[in-house]
Parts: sequence; C-alpha cells; structure tokens
Amino acid sequence: MTDLSQLGVAGPIYEPLNQPFWEAAAQGVLKIQHCGACDRHVFYPRPICPHCWADALDWVAVSGRGRLKSYSEIWKPGHPGWIPVAPYLVGLVELDEGPTLLSHILAQDNHVQIGDRLTLAPTQIGGRVLPCFRKDPS
Amino acid sequence: MRHLTPRAAISGIGELKPVRKTENVATMDLLMRVAAEAIADAGITADEIDGLLVAPQVGETPQHVPATVAEYFGMQPTMSNMVDLGGASGPGMIWRAAAAIAAGQCETVLCVIGNHRNPVPPKSPNRNPAREFDTPFGASGANTSYALLMQAHMAAYGCTPEDYAQIAAGARGNAQFNPMAIFYGQPASVEEVLASPMVASPLHLFEIVMPVAGADAVIVTTADRAAKGPHRPVHLLGAGEKITHRAVSQAPSLTSGPLKPSIARALSQAGLSIEDIDFLSLYDCYTIMVAATIEDAGLCAPGQFGAWLRDNGGMGHEARKPINTHGGQLGFGQPDLAGGMTHVVEVVRQIRGTAPGRQMSRCDTALITGNGATMSEAVALVLGGAL
Repeated sequence: MTDLSQLGVAGPIYEPLNQPFWEAAAQGVLKIQHCGACDRHVFYPRPICPHCWADALDWVAVSGRGRLKSYSEIWKPGHPGWIPVAPYLVGLVELDEGPTLLSHILAQDNHVQIGDRLTLAPTQIGGRVLPCFRKDPS
Repeated sequence: MRHLTPRAAISGIGELKPVRKTENVATMDLLMRVAAEAIADAGITADEIDGLLVAPQVGETPQHVPATVAEYFGMQPTMSNMVDLGGASGPGMIWRAAAAIAAGQCETVLCVIGNHRNPVPPKSPNRNPAREFDTPFGASGANTSYALLMQAHMAAYGCTPEDYAQIAAGARGNAQFNPMAIFYGQPASVEEVLASPMVASPLHLFEIVMPVAGADAVIVTTADRAAKGPHRPVHLLGAGEKITHRAVSQAPSLTSGPLKPSIARALSQAGLSIEDIDFLSLYDCYTIMVAATIEDAGLCAPGQFGAWLRDNGGMGHEARKPINTHGGQLGFGQPDLAGGMTHVVEVVRQIRGTAPGRQMSRCDTALITGNGATMSEAVALVLGGAL
C-alpha cells in the first residue's frame, strides 16, 4: 500500500489570510479563527467575521475533537494523484467549537459511522502535514 | 387555481443531441446553432430578440460573455446578462427573462447554454475556499459532495440503496422513449444500477450523470406575443430562488436544501399547491438530488421518497406524476450547464403536447427545479399551458 506522504497531489496554496491555518497544521496544531465580538468560531478563514461582521477575528488553537457528520469512501478519486490510495475516506467533521470542516479520515478498514467521535490526527500527505482526523479511541 | 395573470411565456425551444466527445468545436458554434433552432421554433426572426441571457462558458471567454455572444450572433440586445448558478442557471434564466420583460427593458429574450467536449480541457484556475480546504484532503469534484449528502440522508432516515437506485433505473427507463438521449437503447434495472462500480460510497456509477456536449435554448417573450406564435404558450406562473452555501462542509443541512423554500415560493406565486402539479421536471445530477427534491417539494415526509415513488408508479409518462420524461440528465446525459435547461425544454414539449412516444395524457402545469454546486444554488419554476 502506498504511503500517503508519497502521493503527488494538490496541496494548499498559501496566502496571507490562510497562512496561520496551514502553519499551525504543519506543527500538528489545529488553529481556526474566533470572533472577539460575537464569541463564535469561524472556519474557513475570513478577513471579517461572517456571523456579526465585526473586524475582530483572532487565531486560536482548538481542541481537535469533533463528530463525524457524514463520510464517503472514495473509490474513483476526482484527482488522479489519489488513485494509489483508493479507496480512502473523506468526511465532514463538526468541531466541538462549532464549525464544520472537510478532512481525510483515518480508520481501520475504512470502518466509520455517522456520529463517531473524532480526534485530530496530523498526517503527512504529499509531503506536507495536514489536519486529518481519526476515530477517537477513548 | 392560479392567481397571477401571466405576463411572460416560453414561445420557442431548441436542443442539440448530446454527444460524448467533440473535436475542434467552439461553444459559440453550438450556441448559435441551438439559438437558430429556438428562433425558428418560436416562429420569429433573430432581429426580434432584444434580450440575451447566457451562462459561463467553461474554458472560453472568461469575461464579457454576454457581449461576446451578442456580437457573434449579430445582436444588439437592450438587456443582457450572464446567469452563473451552476445547474440552476437554465431555470434561473427563465424568471430573469420574465422580470426583464415586466420591467419594460425588452420584449423577447433568448436564453442559451451549451458546451463542447473537445479533448484536453484547459486547466482550471480555481482558487476558492473549496479548492483550498477540501481538495488537499482528497475531496475534489461533485461526486464527493453528493456522496456526503447521500450518506447523511441514508443515515438520518434509514433509506436503502434500492430506494435511490430506482431513480437511476427510472431515468434510464424514460430515456428509452427519447431517441435523443445518450442512454437510448441502454436501460438499467435497479439491480444493474447497484452492480455498477462504486465511485464514492454510497454513490454507484449509474447514479451519476454522464458528461456530454450539447446545447439548449429557450425563447421567453410577452404573453401577448406568445399567443400569436405557432404553439400553445407556456406561461411562467411562479419562480423561487435561494442560495445557501458553496462547499458541502458549509451546508446548513445535509438532508434538505434551498429548493425547499424556492419551491414553496414558486408555488405560492402561482397560487398552486404541489398536488396541482401534473409534471415534475426535477434536476437530477445524482439520485440523491431527486430524492431530496421530492421531499423538499412536500410530496412526502422526509425519508419517504422511496415509498412515494413506488406509490407514484415510478417515473414514466404514465405514472401518477411523471418525472423527467426526457430521461432526466441521468438518462439524457448532462451537457454541462445546459443540463438544467433540458428540464425546461421537456416541460415545454409536454405542455405543448409534442413529446412523441412519451406524451403525458394531460399536462397543464409543471414544476421545474434547477440545482447548482453542492445542493446549494436552487431555482424552482412553475409553468403552465395557456388555458
């Protein structure tokens, strides 16, 4: 089986606005934005809070825990670079802090269920560390 | 019971036969040929067109699209725009045309969409959040998004793979009555749908539209002008539109979409209830899309679409409420953004009584749905034949 780190796949394109997210990810930390005005977390990065439109967003580390809202086992990837590791799982992760993000899900035999508790699992994909998730062992 | 006096009507349609591949064909070429069909069908001449609505053209003409098309067509419209709502673009054009006519900006609007499928498509310049935060994790393309929606719908309501597969089988069945359809001569049973390769669980290959080249065009004009045309006018009775998100991770719900309020608004404008609708022309990029739309239209409770379809007698032109008699995009093929307009063109045929081999016994009212991105861009139209 091909190692995820060996894949030749498209990575993120670093821009000033999203750079804190990817820099933290490279260190194995999940950081998202938080609004000092309305106290809500925000994902993906914005220049201004999309909930209350205050210019009060800061970057904060979050728990890295969440719940699997949905998933798919990908047999025919949309990008050919992913073919060596198909079938693999992607899922929607609802973070305990509120926002939902899409991520790569690691699970024995790709066995997961909607509602599963998940925890952050920083993983090398195509030569960069990405904030993937795995089933929470606890 | 309809409560609005119709002010705009569809008086002409055109549709090119879908093909899997093209060589050295320009989108503009397809657009002009399908536009000529619609103009002839309406019994008018090109110089009567004073409004032009176009869709984004993949790989060609990134900016100034309406002006480029108008110039190519030799037209100087007094209203022109690009409607960029993915699969909802076609229906989205119809009410915008009617609104422009009601605003006194023009009298006859050409709505035209098409695409080629030449080899080696140009590289996408995508830099949006879905590309930035989904693609690096191995999620690219619509298949993944709709698989995530379908998995959530199945888990929420306990629907079976067979429930969804009957939509693909029904679409293939309807395609057997449409010689234009890409799957004409290729029916598929529920068992065959479920035996087709898994693409992104729980979606099988036959539950996903096949991309084709093609084009569709529609002429919208005043009700008065349409009454003087060669066909039964097809009036726009109501419209609704709603956009909720772009990336599936940002969807406010995974089991119900923006078509729900769009359909409610369209029916309310028309003064009709869903039970008054004779024909359902429902956007069907994937089986899950039809399932969610049947439920969002209020035809049954959430999770009950499978039983509802069986009670309906399937989807054919002899069903209680026929669905997608042209084969839907699952049976006809998806000519990119024009796929959404195929649902409009088929409604016009059924209301006119010109759907040979698949004509419904009675079709005076129809619901059309358009859907774009990740069940996130929605347009609903209620159309009715002149009484």
